[in-house]
Amino acid sequence: MRPDLDAIVKWVAPGARVLDLGCGNGELLRTLWEARQAPGYGVEIDDASVLACVENDVNVLQVDLESGLSLFADGSFDYVILSETLQTIHRTELLLREMLRVGREAIVSFPNFGHWSARLQVALGRMPVSQTLPYEWYETPNVHHCTIKDFEDLCRRLGLRIRERLALHAGQPVTWLPNLLGSVAVYRCSA
Amino acid sequence: MNAPLAPASVGVVNAQTAHFDQPIRLKSGDELPAYDIAYETYGELNAARSNAVLVCHALNASHHVAGVYEDDAKNVGWWDNLVGPGKPLDTSRFFVVGSNYLGSCFGSTGPASIHPATGKPWGADFPVVTVEDWVEAQARLAERLGIERFAAVIGGSLGAMQALQWTLSYPERVRHSIVIAAAPRLTPQNIAFNEVARQAIMSDPDFHGGHYYEKGVVPARGLRIARMIGHITYLSGEAMAEKFGRLLRRGTPGFDFDIDFEVESYLRYQGDKFSTYFDANTYLRITKALDYFDPAADYNGNLSAALARAQAAFLVVSFKSDWRFPPSRSREIVRALLDNRRIVSYLEIDAPGGHDAFLLEDARYHNALRAYFANIEL
Repeated sequence: MRPDLDAIVKWVAPGARVLDLGCGNGELLRTLWEARQAPGYGVEIDDASVLACVENDVNVLQVDLESGLSLFADGSFDYVILSETLQTIHRTELLLREMLRVGREAIVSFPNFGHWSARLQVALGRMPVSQTLPYEWYETPNVHHCTIKDFEDLCRRLGLRIRERLALHAGQPVTWLPNLLGSVAVYRCSA
Repeated sequence: MNAPLAPASVGVVNAQTAHFDQPIRLKSGDELPAYDIAYETYGELNAARSNAVLVCHALNASHHVAGVYEDDAKNVGWWDNLVGPGKPLDTSRFFVVGSNYLGSCFGSTGPASIHPATGKPWGADFPVVTVEDWVEAQARLAERLGIERFAAVIGGSLGAMQALQWTLSYPERVRHSIVIAAAPRLTPQNIAFNEVARQAIMSDPDFHGGHYYEKGVVPARGLRIARMIGHITYLSGEAMAEKFGRLLRRGTPGFDFDIDFEVESYLRYQGDKFSTYFDANTYLRITKALDYFDPAADYNGNLSAALARAQAAFLVVSFKSDWRFPPSRSREIVRALLDNRRIVSYLEIDAPGGHDAFLLEDARYHNALRAYFANIEL
């Protein structure tokens, strides 16, 4: 499993109710159910991923995140998870607000554009391509890249409280110069 | 583990009829003293009786869900692409029951049946039946077949309303409900289409207030128009454009009222065909059953409160091109289930077929149903 997902599983309290936005094949939901007895739903738009969720026997809802989370009532989840999906969302602010409307806490992970390899590639005049940013510029689904500092600025602007932060590289936590040495960031926020 | 079977037909099937002497009290307050329900079954009920799946049909279909009849090899069941050995609803694993509804013209007791008191067809005197009544009759059929609990109840359109109603009428007797191309209640626009269809039938001079059987006629013109209206709403504009375009039958405009465009020919053909095999009194009643279906009505319109008693796990499927019951209507059901923290998955299939897409073979749709059924424990 992806290292950020490992971290997320550890953060989720046993029996908590979770909503996983952009849940892919449902791997995280399945693990949360098996390891944490945490029931949940996934939201996914891609047909092949939705089918994989049904095969994995996880609850999946095929709706578009960009239109908000109108299917879900206020405060219906303990955690709303957005793992490595933030960078693909057009209406970022709306979604973050919606996450904390329907959930008590939001867990967000994203590839850190501040990682030194990205900075170096840009400095050399190229769009970065790496393990966490695997797409060429002309085929990427990503529309909103950010760095750890950028994300924290947005949290401040939206009045979100950062409860926990983890920077990772090659599956290992990074505590020294996280915005330079961390390639993935994971946050737990509340309103 | 057995190798998966190549998808095949269930083969030759037989329609059966169950007779019930126990009166059934209908939602209208009327009572039927005795009645028949026509049904078919495919596959074998297992020893634990845990593998039964009920297939509920929509407007003009019947209990003939899959396979063919010995004497009529062209009469293929209406959901044969879904039901059979190795198919998404795999009859080598599940015992599938196709049940006809009360009021039908295909074998169950309906307006064309003989009224026991008069010895003549019921005609206009046959009561108006509802989705709840159908579920009640199906529940009795299930008891007759030794099925205490269905592994799943599945249906599309009006059949989906039955699949949903099952979870409300008998929450403990349905493990999974598969609700396809559904609406939790009709919109005024939906009801309007139904009313035009009914008016077409009732204004046909051959209707005779519903007592046309004894006159030896059928209101074929009315039925024909009713079916045309229905067909327009079952297809998407896109599907119609794809299928017919603006092709002229005679190559050039005729400047008359014969058939010019292909779509006119199609509608006339469908209308003519329908009027030869469907009963007008049945059509009036099923459109009413659609209009009346509204589980939230007893809960001040609150669907979440209405669905609170459902215990089943749900799979809800809609089709983007369906404008009769568009995805937003299915999402109303999903939202109500989420409010009740029910197990639910929801698929919104980008298929072009309109409302009728639920009858068609689409890989995304059928693969999902296959995967869902495969995960149902027996």
